[in-house]
Amino acid sequence: MNLTLEIWRQKSNSEKGALETYPISEVSEDMSFLEMLDVLNEELIEKGIDPVAFDHDCREGICGMCSLYINGEAHGPDRRVTTCQLHMRKFKDGDTIFIEPFRANAFPVVKDLVVDRSAFDRIQQAGGFVSVNTSGNTQDANTIPIPKDDADTAFDAATCIGCGACVASCKNSSAMLFVSAKVSQFSLLPQGKVEAKERVINMVNKMDEEGFGNCTNTGACEVECPKGISLDNISRMNREFITANVKK
Amino acid sequence: MASLNSGVPKGELKDKWTQYKDSIDLVNPANKRNIDVIVVGTGLAGGSASATLAELGYNVKAFCYQDSPRRAHSIAAQGGINAAKNYQGDGDSTYRLFYDTVKGGDYRSREANVYRLAEVSTNIIDQCVAQGVPFARDYGGLLDNRSFGGVLVSRTFYAKGQTGQQLLLGAYSAMNRQIARGKIQMHNRHEMLDVVVVDGKARGIIARNLITGEIEKHSAHAVVIASGGYGNVYFLSTNAMGSNTTAAWKIHKKGAYFANPCYTQIHPTCIPRSGEYQSKLTLMSESLRNDGRIWVPKNMEDVKALRAGTLKATEISEENRDYYLERRYPAFGNLVPRDVASRAAKERCDEGYGVNKTGEAVYLDFSSAITRYGKEQVLLQGEDANDNNLIKKMGQEIIKSKYGNLFQMYEKIVDENPYEMPMMIYPAVHYTMGGIWVDYNLMTTVPGLYAIGEANFSDHGSNRLGASALMQGLADGYFVLPYTIGDYLSDDIRTGPISTETPEFIKAEEDVKNTLSQLLGNTGTHTVDYYHKRLGKIMWDKCGMARTEPGLKEAIKEIKELREDFWKNVKVPGELNELNKELEKAGRVADFLELGELFAKDALTRNESCGGHFREEYATKEGEAKRDDKNFNFVSAWEYKGEPSDAKLHKEKLEFDNIEVKERSYK
Repeated sequence: MNLTLEIWRQKSNSEKGALETYPISEVSEDMSFLEMLDVLNEELIEKGIDPVAFDHDCREGICGMCSLYINGEAHGPDRRVTTCQLHMRKFKDGDTIFIEPFRANAFPVVKDLVVDRSAFDRIQQAGGFVSVNTSGNTQDANTIPIPKDDADTAFDAATCIGCGACVASCKNSSAMLFVSAKVSQFSLLPQGKVEAKERVINMVNKMDEEGFGNCTNTGACEVECPKGISLDNISRMNREFITANVKK
Repeated sequence: MASLNSGVPKGELKDKWTQYKDSIDLVNPANKRNIDVIVVGTGLAGGSASATLAELGYNVKAFCYQDSPRRAHSIAAQGGINAAKNYQGDGDSTYRLFYDTVKGGDYRSREANVYRLAEVSTNIIDQCVAQGVPFARDYGGLLDNRSFGGVLVSRTFYAKGQTGQQLLLGAYSAMNRQIARGKIQMHNRHEMLDVVVVDGKARGIIARNLITGEIEKHSAHAVVIASGGYGNVYFLSTNAMGSNTTAAWKIHKKGAYFANPCYTQIHPTCIPRSGEYQSKLTLMSESLRNDGRIWVPKNMEDVKALRAGTLKATEISEENRDYYLERRYPAFGNLVPRDVASRAAKERCDEGYGVNKTGEAVYLDFSSAITRYGKEQVLLQGEDANDNNLIKKMGQEIIKSKYGNLFQMYEKIVDENPYEMPMMIYPAVHYTMGGIWVDYNLMTTVPGLYAIGEANFSDHGSNRLGASALMQGLADGYFVLPYTIGDYLSDDIRTGPISTETPEFIKAEEDVKNTLSQLLGNTGTHTVDYYHKRLGKIMWDKCGMARTEPGLKEAIKEIKELREDFWKNVKVPGELNELNKELEKAGRVADFLELGELFAKDALTRNESCGGHFREEYATKEGEAKRDDKNFNFVSAWEYKGEPSDAKLHKEKLEFDNIEVKERSYK
């Protein structure tokens, strides 16, 4: 199929960006979206045009490195997939596709479609861990039984890949889904409960400090999340946060 | 140059590690504060090592090329992690895990290292649970296990199909705790481009800041390479797009021997290529071979009709199907080990029986299992045993409950419903057992320079068993390196900070800049990917699942020519001082072009077949791998001497005192 691509080009964070038009032909419907961009970049290099910079790595939907806001949706039109798992068969011959970076104040553009998501790392550093040394001198793994439901729910929360689609999809650029997934994982497990109070306060404070917006419960984050992280996590974090503040 | 001494401690196998730990020199906590350690790579090995070294009190400088340490490719591991916990009471033990690993590696690994790995495996599970890793549990709240290929016990711990992700996020969280305390200085989006050796010791690295393009000098008292494997030398693999050999290759060029580069694991069940634009291959878990039957058509007319789209797989009758694994290996059938299954698929496709348009695919068919499960369900639920539609529906439900996420992933990529049509699969490069040679301390032949995880060669011999890569990465990083590196650093307590303004650092920095300028200044005509794809094709055709002497000789010649052409004709756009993904790729491909030749040379000198290394000349009458223990019972460690063709071979003889060396058979 033949397509028209409208791609955000921005030389660096300090320069202004704009959409540029690139036609591309003979796109196979079996290509992944990123493979289509690979083909475009090969063509651009041969023509002496700077290739489009975009983030990607594992190309199997788990590393969370790929981003892209495609036709107004984080990770494009398909559900429960990352951009690397999106295939061109979701588009039609003759389509115009708008490709932009994830947009949020807390995710500054680095170049073209590449953004800086290090704010996510800093939130995790504020409390996204259990304070246990890695010496191996812990108790036997089966000493504390954990109800299967709790373990499974903790796992579901822990499958967040940290891609930032939730932030990009939210009209307020809120990071509540991301933060609540980590808070939930640990608050559901006995190992994480010990520092639950400090954790939720520190992570929420850091989230605010990094410039993410507030949550107004639109639910857009859950819809666009490639891993289907549930809004229940946000409710759980709100409960944890209120309890932690009351107990303070 | 240090000699090739494995440094395995004396004593009984089971006591070696304990006695070693009791006898090594330690660094006191006050002195650790004055010692810096560089760790390159933040996967399971690098992440766990960084966190632990920082906890011990060292100042860690960690580097990764991704935008966050959480994205390292360990994250993509699906199946699980082995540990000799014997929670199932099925007879597992440290010795049995050791035995399975050595045997699975086709007797080409170092006994003492493997035993230590098995010994610390149980600690890993305790550690990860304490960190809040949500492993799968049973209804009693205890940890669940499953079984994997090549073993007779259930010792694999898992978190659905995302075990690697959960373990890596555990290590990442431990790192975050230390980053917050200032004990780890994290350098995201940085790529190591050389190691700096001062007075014979590794004292730092040269790295490029991938955002600004700046070339930076970083010093330390020791350097740890945890940069993973080199599967991307094949261009197409299940590795991440950025996975590369640059860190490992650069240290090789500065004196670290490279061991067994030809040992590569080719995984039998991956989604086949769909066209020339393909950028990577996706793995489908080995567990599918429990219920899937592998076949190709018996008749060439059917193959042609399939490719032309005039015939569907389901329209080919039972008698016209060739279940070639069941035919060749009646005892193990579809559950033969990875290397055997991969070679058998290649053999059928080479004969022209491949079932897709590229001719490189075989069927993995679940219809028998669907019928079998469906009949069972119909009986159990008292439904009509003659209702074939109901049987199929109920059977599909069972398959969905077992493999639902994999079936969904397949459907997204291939756009075909695998509940109705058999899956198409083909082998793909997955893991490299070869890597930087290390001694018992995980130190390379350069003092103060260490290699851990997939980047080293040590534990898997010539074939790795499923669920063992995660085990090795975390064992090295959490429990082995933190001890062994202390023994070395105990001599460095009076050294003080290492200056980056010495001639060695300045020269290394100049060399890196010159190489990058040369790449950027080339007025060539071909893109980096053009060369990478060509290299990949040579590697796959001539250094892939089956290798021959003439093929390897051709590969050596062709790779050398390609490398020369690359330096003349590659075209790298953009500038040095900016985010330049093409420049990053160019540097990596330049190193692959050297490694590829050494790989072929190693395969050519190993005149035997073992594990993932199959030489057609060294096969039994039935076409099975034939090891030569008399002449090749050694590790090949290559010393860099300029061109890959000049590399000098050093041998580390392998001794097996605690295990009987046998031949593997799966008939």
